[in-house]
Formats: sequence, structure tokens, C-alpha cells
Amino acid sequence: MPHISLVDVTKTFPARRRGERPVTAVDGVTLDVERGQVYGIIGYSGAGKSTLVRLVNGLEPVTSGSVLVDGVDITTLRPRELRRVRQGIGMVFQRFNLLRSRTVARNVAYPLEVARVPRAQRQAKVAELLEFVGLTEHADAYPEQLSGGQQQRVGIARALAADPSILLADEATSALDPETTEEVLSLLGRVNSELGVTIVVITHEMEVVTRIAHRVAVMEAGRVVEEGPTYDVFTAPRTETAKRFVRTVVRALPEGEELAALRARHEGRLLTISFTDEAASQARVFGALARAGVDFHLVHGGVDDIQGRVYGLLTIAVDGDDAAIRDALAQVGPGVTVTEATAEPAEPAGPAEGGERDG
Amino acid sequence: MDEVVEILPDLLEQTGIMLQIVGLGMLFGGAGGLVVGTALYVTRRGGILAQPVVWWLLNTLVNVFRPIPFIIFIAALQPLARVVVGKGIGTDAAIFAIALAATFGIARIVEQNLVALDPGVIEAARAMGAGPWRIIRTVVLPEALGPLILGFTFAVIAVVDMSAVAGLVGGEGLGNWAITYGYRQYNPVVTWSALAVIVVIVQLIQVLGNTLARKVLRR
Ligand SMILES: Nc1ncnc2c1ncn2[C@@H]1O[C@H](COP(=O)(O)OP(=O)(O)OP(=O)(O)O)[C@@H](O)[C@H]1O
Ligand SMILES: [Mg+2]
Repeated sequence: MPHISLVDVTKTFPARRRGERPVTAVDGVTLDVERGQVYGIIGYSGAGKSTLVRLVNGLEPVTSGSVLVDGVDITTLRPRELRRVRQGIGMVFQRFNLLRSRTVARNVAYPLEVARVPRAQRQAKVAELLEFVGLTEHADAYPEQLSGGQQQRVGIARALAADPSILLADEATSALDPETTEEVLSLLGRVNSELGVTIVVITHEMEVVTRIAHRVAVMEAGRVVEEGPTYDVFTAPRTETAKRFVRTVVRALPEGEELAALRARHEGRLLTISFTDEAASQARVFGALARAGVDFHLVHGGVDDIQGRVYGLLTIAVDGDDAAIRDALAQVGPGVTVTEATAEPAEPAGPAEGGERDG
Repeated sequence: MDEVVEILPDLLEQTGIMLQIVGLGMLFGGAGGLVVGTALYVTRRGGILAQPVVWWLLNTLVNVFRPIPFIIFIAALQPLARVVVGKGIGTDAAIFAIALAATFGIARIVEQNLVALDPGVIEAARAMGAGPWRIIRTVVLPEALGPLILGFTFAVIAVVDMSAVAGLVGGEGLGNWAITYGYRQYNPVVTWSALAVIVVIVQLIQVLGNTLARKVLRR
């Protein structure tokens, strides 16, 4: 049974004023999040990500469809029962949303008070969590005395206080600088791996997804337009939106002016080789070309690490006989895709096309 | 100087009565205003206890009564005072009118300060499974405490102002004393000493309010 399951969920907000149209923020979304998974939801501003995640803990009622948490349809629960479910779902926010009237320790204690945990146990749990997020010495500080990264760690400690099995993180790193983002992401990674908490991360940053999400859904205008294991979506994006997100991380295929500049500088054909970790493929491509006596050099691209797996996108300038190039590439085999870099949408350049991408 | 010594017993007595009027007026009006203001905040559209009908009723009530000049309000309220405190005239009737007027005024002050709260913290508390009453008690009021203290300080001073009109319905206090014995009997010493005492009291209240608020806001 999936840990969280959305079945044809739609959320429409009524028009705020007369003459305005109602907004369908989430439109027929169906997806499953497995226990122990880190699930990324990525999309541009207004795509409906926050609305979607707020349906999972019932902060917003659905318009139609069902939301199953541990197999229980939370859309049918009464307020009191829903509040109980929420105690088992932690939430982390972009702007931390800490209580300014409380110290760090008392912020973390808040969910325990809600759950009516006795004082002594509360204190022990708070101490343990502050230790986990590395803020023990700031227990008596007030939120505004901490840096953004520290405040978010308090937010995470607070979200974990009631021992939730699910953590929802809505743009948890968007207000932070890159270094602090890294720190918070690795903390979320530990929450998942050490505590076994299922995490749903909402973001508009592809790095966040490639860094911690096992699976990802790409949202656009309230719909999930692409979904799958992060590595697959990343290495073979199908929709334009997904491709644009991938391009923010990898130096994508050269296009437009960049391509024109490369053309002006290099003789011969420009080929883009994309390879996955299925094969030690970069070396194989280069080896095959070298053996065929084809002259080539690297002009663009790079290699990335996604969830510990390799993905590369390299563009080479090749100079040589077309038949020799074709023969050489034919030997390369699966895991590698070679495309001719043209101004038009890239076309397959040789029989090496295949493997991962088609499968 | 002799004149001051002569009026001193009266001055002290009337100061005491004024403090009583202000104190009780604030006690009831403050509590009433806190309740009505919080109710306005939580019952509004999108509030944690959204109740459009209740909100509309409260809002209309406040809108109708708050702008009435107090001198008319206190006179018009006489029959109601007779029902509630037993007499239509006297200090008690004045306190009743002040408490009611303060309720409406303070309700708006409270509402304004609560509306300014970051909705994110309310959302966080909801996400943690807190119910509406707990949120009011542990999030809404504590988070707004600093501005609320400043708002109440402002209200006390308005109530001191109202207390001066108590004489209209036969209530006593510094204001009434200054008008009856100072202004009407051409005794500027009475007027000026009443004024001086009121200025000092208002200053003390303001300093106290500012200090408390600064402490709560930690700045
Ligand atoms: N309470 C609401 N009432 C009316 N419309 C809303 C409400 N909340 C969200 N919307 C609308 O729903 C759409 C999706 O909003 P949502 O906040 O879910 O997007 P998002 O993907 O989280 O965007 P962002 O990256 O900017 O946070 C937007 O058009 C927004 O205006
Ligand atoms: Mg959002």
C-alpha cells in the first residue's frame, strides 16, 4: 500500500470577486508516494504545488478525488480526526513560520503540547531533536536571533517532534543561500535515511530534486505532466517543462547563438553524446571514434551526478568521413545516445541511437 | 500655594474616583474588546472559525456604535444603565457606558493587530494538528502580545478622556471636578491641578505600556 496516494484529485478555488474566474489549482492529479521515499514535486510558480501539498494534510479540502494517507481517505474525516492525522504529518515551510513568542525549545515542543505529551517526556524529546539538528546550544534563543539556515533546522526539528511518518517540505530551501540549502538538504536526507520518514519536497529548483528525491513529478497548470524515478526523468525528459528544468542543472544541448558560435569556431559536424551509467560509455564513444581514425574534440557539456548515478551530455566537434563516423558510432551500443547538434530540434545522427532512451 | 493645600483632599479623592472609573472601564471594556476583536478576527472569511453571519453581525454592531461621540453615547445609554447597574445616574452608570464604548473601540484595535499577524504561523499550528481554540490561546494572542499592549495603552488614554464626561450623568472624577469647581466657579487652581494630575497619570501609563511592549517584543 502506498504511504500517500492521490486519486484524481482536483482543487478549485471559487472566484474571489465577481467577474473573476474560479481557479483550478490542482487538476485531476493521481500519484503514489511509497513508504520511505523522498518524492519531489517540481513546477514553476503557480503550478499548484503548494496547493497540492496542502491537500495531503487536509489544510485545504479537496474539491473532488481522494487523498489516502496510510490507506485512510482523509477527505472524509471529521475535523477532530483530521487533526489527529495531521499530528502524524510534519510540515516545513519556505519562511519557517516559527512562533516569535517562543524560544527555539518551546517551538519544538509545540506539537508535543498539541499531542498532550507530559512535560518531562516533552523536554527529553526536545533535547533529542535539538541534538539531531545540531542546535542544542540555541535552545533558549528566540527565532530572530538565528540565521535562516538555523531557523529552518528549528522548523525541521519542530516538524519531527511528534514522530511523524511523513514530512511535507514546501520550498524548504528557497529562502536560503546555496551553502545553507546544501546543509538543509543533507539534514532532510538524514531524516529520510536515519529516521525512515517519507518526505514530499516541493520545489522549483531542479538541484533540490536531483540531490534528494528518489522520484519526481513535474507539475504544470495544476496537472502532473511527467512523473517517474528522478534519474529517468532527468536523463530523458519528455515534456518541454521537464526539459527546461533539466537544462537548469546540466549544460544542455547547445542551441541558438551558442550553437552558432560553436559552429563558427569548429570545422566538421557537431555531435552531442548523452550517456548514462549503464555503460562506461563516454570512453567507449571516444575509443570507437579514435580507432576509426576520426579526428574529434570536446567543445561543450559536462557530467552530472544524480542520486549517485552518472549522467553526461557532451558535445564534440568531429572531422572525418561520414561513413567512418557512422561505423564507429554503430559499435558503441546501449546507454549512449548520439544526436547531431542542429539549429532544429536534434535529429538522430547514427545507428547508435537506442538503449536507455527507447527502453 | 495655600489654595492648593486647601483643595488637596478633594483632588486626591477625585483622582481616586477617576482611577476607579478608568480601571473598571478598562477591565470590562478591555475584556469585552479583546473578546469581540478576537471574534471578528477568527470569524472573518478564511479565519480559523470562519462564520460569515457572526462576523457580519459583530462588524455591523461595532461600525454602528463606535463612531458615536461619547457625550451622546453616555446620555443615550442611561436607560440601559438603569437596567444593568440599577441606576441611570452616578459613577456606576458612567463606568457602564465607558466599558461599553471601550469594548467597541478596543475591538477594532485588537482586530487590526490580529489581522497583521503572519498567516504562516497560523498555518503552521494548523499543520501540527492544533484546534482553533488552542491556536487562539497559544498562537494568535501570544504572537500579537506586543502590539496588543501598545493598543491597550492607547485605549487607556482614550478611556481617561471618556471619564471626564462622567459628570454628564452625575458621575464624579477629576474631569467632572475640574469642570464643576474649576471652570464653572472660575477657580483656575482646580482646573490646572486636575489637568496636571491627568497629564502625569497619562504619562505614567504610556511609559508603562511602552516598557512592557518593548520587553515582550525584545527590542
Ligand atoms: N486560497 C486561494 N484562493 C484562491 N486561489 C488560490 C489560493 N491558493 C492558491 N490559489 C491559486 O492557485 C494557483 C496555484 O497556486 P499554488 O500556490 O499552489 O502554486 P505554487 O506552485 O505553489 O506556486 P509558487 O511556486 O509560487 O509557490 C495559483 O493560480 C494561485 O493563485
Ligand atoms: Mg508554493
